[in-house]
Amino acid sequence: MSDPTLSEHIESTLPHKLVAFGVVALGLAAAWQTTLIPQVLYTTVGPSAFAWFVAVFLLVLGVMLLLAAFKGGWAADQEGTLSEWGSLGWVTLGLVINAALIEWIGFILASTIMFALVARGFGSDKWLRDGAIGFALAIISYVGFDRILGYKIGSGLIESLI
Amino acid sequence: MDTLGLLMQGFANALTPMNLLWALAGVTVGTAIGVLPGLGPGLTIALLLPITYKVDPTSAFILFAGIYYGAMYGGSTTSILINTPGESATIITAMEGHKMAKKGRAGAALATAAVGSFVAGTFGTLGITFLAQPVVELALKFGPAEYFSLMILCFVTVSAVLGSSALRGLTALAIGLFFGMIGIDLQSGQPRFTFGILELLDGINVLIVAVGLFAVGETLHLATQKKVDEEVIDIKGPVGMTKEDWKRSWKPWLRGTAFGFPIGAMPAGGAEIPTFLSYYTEKKLSKNPEEFGHGAIEGVAGPEAANNASAAGVLVPMLTLGLPTSATAAIMLSAFQSYGINPGPQLLATQGQLVWTLIASLFIGNVMLLVLNLPLVGLWVKILKIPQPLLYGGILVFATIGTYGISRSVVDLVLLYIVGFMGFMMRRFDFPTSPVIIGMILGPMAEQEFRRAMTISNGDLMIFVQKPLSLALLILAAVAVLAPLVWRVVKRPAPQAA
Repeated sequence: MSDPTLSEHIESTLPHKLVAFGVVALGLAAAWQTTLIPQVLYTTVGPSAFAWFVAVFLLVLGVMLLLAAFKGGWAADQEGTLSEWGSLGWVTLGLVINAALIEWIGFILASTIMFALVARGFGSDKWLRDGAIGFALAIISYVGFDRILGYKIGSGLIESLI
Repeated sequence: MDTLGLLMQGFANALTPMNLLWALAGVTVGTAIGVLPGLGPGLTIALLLPITYKVDPTSAFILFAGIYYGAMYGGSTTSILINTPGESATIITAMEGHKMAKKGRAGAALATAAVGSFVAGTFGTLGITFLAQPVVELALKFGPAEYFSLMILCFVTVSAVLGSSALRGLTALAIGLFFGMIGIDLQSGQPRFTFGILELLDGINVLIVAVGLFAVGETLHLATQKKVDEEVIDIKGPVGMTKEDWKRSWKPWLRGTAFGFPIGAMPAGGAEIPTFLSYYTEKKLSKNPEEFGHGAIEGVAGPEAANNASAAGVLVPMLTLGLPTSATAAIMLSAFQSYGINPGPQLLATQGQLVWTLIASLFIGNVMLLVLNLPLVGLWVKILKIPQPLLYGGILVFATIGTYGISRSVVDLVLLYIVGFMGFMMRRFDFPTSPVIIGMILGPMAEQEFRRAMTISNGDLMIFVQKPLSLALLILAAVAVLAPLVWRVVKRPAPQAA
């Protein structure tokens, strides 16, 4: 990591500002939630004291990050090219589909689809191979975790056949 | 009973066939995930937290400890053979060890790393054995005020001192404190930070945050990186050392251990500082310093030993004070909590058998690891050759099973992805992620001590500065934050380690 004050990092500080605003927003959310905690009278330090501390701490840090962002940001990873953003898209799509389908078709099938999409995001174009490996891995992990280790992964189209 | 007697009892427990199997499973899984770039012991132990509902605590902790030690061994194999250190503590090994491998000396580099790790691990575990009771006796004198100040010191060092920026480290810590607040406050029974979501009343499971940050976040981050096919260097010749290698390695092993263990055992924790110290010491003491940077065996032997010894050191505050100074230690601490075991100075008294069995199994695991990593290193190299698309697809399948498998709740899965996206942003903008986990676990404990102290003092904040020990710890914490700032003013800004 190079020195954050180097001029080459100044060109685009918008992402830094957004990150800093995110921290401020989290602090505001914490403050808002803290006001909703009912007062408890019979203890020296009630449930809201630390909550206020966390909220104020986040707000102070957020403002300091904001100042740093306006001063030119800090060294961070380079902006990705378009194809790499595409990779992120594939992986994200995999996660979203997994969360959307897991209750309907079960862990094994949903994870198989996710596996193939993530593999696509990491540059593989062998859909069939990836799907097959993902399917096998999902079945093995289902048997290992659900049947042997006793996790409760629930039912699904394939699960009910095993 | 004296320490040795207790340790012998621990060995008797650890040497039962079942417990040996748990240890073997732990060190094997640990080495495997240590070898895989981007995976760490914290993530693995987090994914296995649900077994705490099924397995007795002794077995679970033997497994976790095996994973913890195993990952340290596995990590060095990766950094020597492909030069992508998974964690900052292995940067040095990557520097020297990879150069050695390129010169066809991979076998010697792997051997000195493995034997050095064994030496450091054994001495480190001896250190835990003999330090545990004295530290506990000291800790039993701590009141809530001292405890709270000690935790403040720990917060400061893990977030502000280690890492490249105090501001970003503290922000990560604050996010962790935020996560720790979510759920019902145990003292007053009031829900906090739940945003009206029923599922949040029980708090956020540390599994979700750890897996979100370390698995989902890491995968998203790597997806945006340029895909480079890392070349895995083939090990030419047998894995072993010549007489000359032994002669050059043994002193660095011991010196590395001497740096690593005490620094690891301090509330600051961290493996980076001792590995760097060891490296520069070896370079200074070497008869041929010009070899450093081009594959000097001392530069692998010392830092690797320091790295492992500090991993052992971290277990001292974890087991004796209930103070986690690394993300992995924090996750292990949450495993204690899920068994209803209170970590802290009472641990050794109330769960003596568990702790001593754990320590004995660390000795045993170390021997297993030497075998796993010297003759069988070829096996681990095969794991390195798993193509990235399949590796990260697999990691997300495991992340899903670990999260969905404890609750069967899509809310948890969505939460996992939100945390994962946050982890991705943090990686992208150079925020450390470990302070999030430490803040989340240690935050509620600190709050509890704070409230106890305030109850004792009738709400007088001065209690924290009136008790000498508490004051000393707070001053240390202040120095830890301010000293680097002063240092930076005195000295011109130096390039910082990532």
